[in-house]
Amino acid sequence: METPLIEFRNVTKRLGNKTVLDRVNLEIYENRITTIIGKSGSGKSVLLKHVIGLLEPDEGSILFRGKPVGDMTKREWEDYRSRIAYLFQNNALLDSMTVFDNVAFPLRQTTNLGKREIERKVSERIEELELSDAAYEYPAELSGGMQKRVALARALVIDPTIVLFDEPTTGQDPIRKNMILSMIVHYRKKYGFTAVLISHDIPDVFFISDRIIMLWEGSVGFEGTYDEAGKRKLPLVDEFLRSLEGFEDELTGLLSREAFRMHYRAMLGASAVLTGSAALFSVEFERLQEALGPQAAVEIVRALGEYANRHFNSVGGFSTRHRRDEILTILPHTRPHEAKELVAGFAEELKDEALARIKSITGPKEGGEACFEIHVRAGVTEVSPTDDIDQIIAKAHARLEIVATHRCDAGGAVQ
Amino acid sequence: MEMAFPRGTRNGNRVAAPFAFVGREVLRLFGDLGAITIFFFLACIRIFRSKQLPEIVNQVFAIGAGSSLIVMLVALFTGMVLGLQLFYTLVKFGAVGALGSAVGLSLVRELGPVLTAITITARAGSAMAAEIGTLRISEQVDALYTMRVDPIRYLISPRVASAIISFPLLTAFFDLVGMAGGYLTGVLLLGTPGGTYWYRVQSSLDMTDVKGGFVKSLVFAAIVSSICCFQGYFCHMRKDGFGAKAVGLATISAVVLSCVMILIADYVVTSFLM
Repeated sequence: METPLIEFRNVTKRLGNKTVLDRVNLEIYENRITTIIGKSGSGKSVLLKHVIGLLEPDEGSILFRGKPVGDMTKREWEDYRSRIAYLFQNNALLDSMTVFDNVAFPLRQTTNLGKREIERKVSERIEELELSDAAYEYPAELSGGMQKRVALARALVIDPTIVLFDEPTTGQDPIRKNMILSMIVHYRKKYGFTAVLISHDIPDVFFISDRIIMLWEGSVGFEGTYDEAGKRKLPLVDEFLRSLEGFEDELTGLLSREAFRMHYRAMLGASAVLTGSAALFSVEFERLQEALGPQAAVEIVRALGEYANRHFNSVGGFSTRHRRDEILTILPHTRPHEAKELVAGFAEELKDEALARIKSITGPKEGGEACFEIHVRAGVTEVSPTDDIDQIIAKAHARLEIVATHRCDAGGAVQ
Repeated sequence: MEMAFPRGTRNGNRVAAPFAFVGREVLRLFGDLGAITIFFFLACIRIFRSKQLPEIVNQVFAIGAGSSLIVMLVALFTGMVLGLQLFYTLVKFGAVGALGSAVGLSLVRELGPVLTAITITARAGSAMAAEIGTLRISEQVDALYTMRVDPIRYLISPRVASAIISFPLLTAFFDLVGMAGGYLTGVLLLGTPGGTYWYRVQSSLDMTDVKGGFVKSLVFAAIVSSICCFQGYFCHMRKDGFGAKAVGLATISAVVLSCVMILIADYVVTSFLM
């Protein structure tokens, strides 16, 4: 059995008269993205602050690789802390220092590295996080997204094994939220750290999370994957997720997962013998992000959702985002061959309008010697009354094929 | 008709309330002074840790060099007023020749250290409290901790060290400029012989006076830096305000408490030196 990287055992924390954490037991595993959700004041930030030692439990213990942190020697404790980076909700950048000095700060203060070595490491991180143009600007002169990247650069410059993100997307617009989450996934893969997030950006944060921990009135209400949360139908989890999710996906304007399920159930209930089809649309988010950057990748997903909504709603269809880069559309009373025609029309519209528009964002990265193609895949399948949504997705997945391609016109070779 | 209230009920509380209030406030004050003392010693211990020198130099520049102009301005006018007041007082007793002694002694023993400390409190002490308070409420202090940087070492120790370096130097400047101010009014404006003025300054001041003044300035440095840093550092724990308001209140407390403590400490140190 896998040993948790960090484990909370019966951790209780009281702040004044209020018990914020009440005998909390949870595990955080290595190399995964764990997301902590919960109502405001449910103790999420308090929990995260216990991991880094900003707060100490009143009762219970916190274990790192099976060893209680309270029993660590001073050297072990310092070593433990040197592995953890913490990203504050408001970034907590040192506002009297430039971006470069902020990123260099932990190295200057806690290591014996030489000036050149520090400059090399800092420049490397600044370049990787696309902050080179802002290196000598002050945090107050940067946008919220850039400040977040500076905070991430400062966190990553010490090569941490655990990065704690306290509400990294709060106060950002849907595009920016997705960009930040994409950034976390991207750098987690690149640097191999374990990420622990506090976020309420459902569904996007769930799409990137390996495990979800829900705090409910000071205790762990649910612990598992997103799919498990959907299947277990725990009343308190369901109620809370529904309240967070709402009826609409903020990024695309499509139905939320729960609203989609309700629509589907209503559709099944309305007709004894259902004639319908489903279409699954997919873009390769990771590949797009790698080649064109997170903003372009998020914009493409958003365009796909917006166009799907517009195109299929007019014929009675309804859609949801099933994965970060996959959209499922149900077309009631539509035979598969009709659905294929509809999808072909949709693909044309998408190619001519949305993907061409994307060029304004991707342009700077597309040009030059290299050329890049954006593929939109679709899989159409019949829907029978006995099918549940997972079965529909599986069938549609098996039929995925390219329906629209946008190719840059720079004339270079395709990557 | 007057109702008889048993002890501990409304009327009884009304009588006891002022005493309880005074008692609570005195206890709180002593508690705070104890905490400030511990805070000061924690900061002093960390002055000698590695990587401190650049930050201490920065703070000496901010607190010391930055305050020098205002300290000299205050000193100049204090000296000029002293020259003016003492001339007209001494002239009544036919003792104008003692002007240099009066100006020199009052500046070196009392006014120099006290007014320098109050001026620095107003200029740099308030800035210390506000700056550290802002770092605290914007979670930058917590951020330092998460980066394994000891906030007391990084924020407080350099300020305490620079105050200990700057206060005696600025006091010396104050004394010199103050005497020059006394010379301007007493000698150049009112006609006291210049030679007599400087002779009296030189003959009446001995090293004990100068040392006493420097001891005071060191005590004031410890008081001002520890109170101002303490108020800013713990502004998030104030019960009378949160956020920006807490920073404002911390700054007020820092300046008021520093000034009061400077005057109390001045009396205590003077009584020991006499």
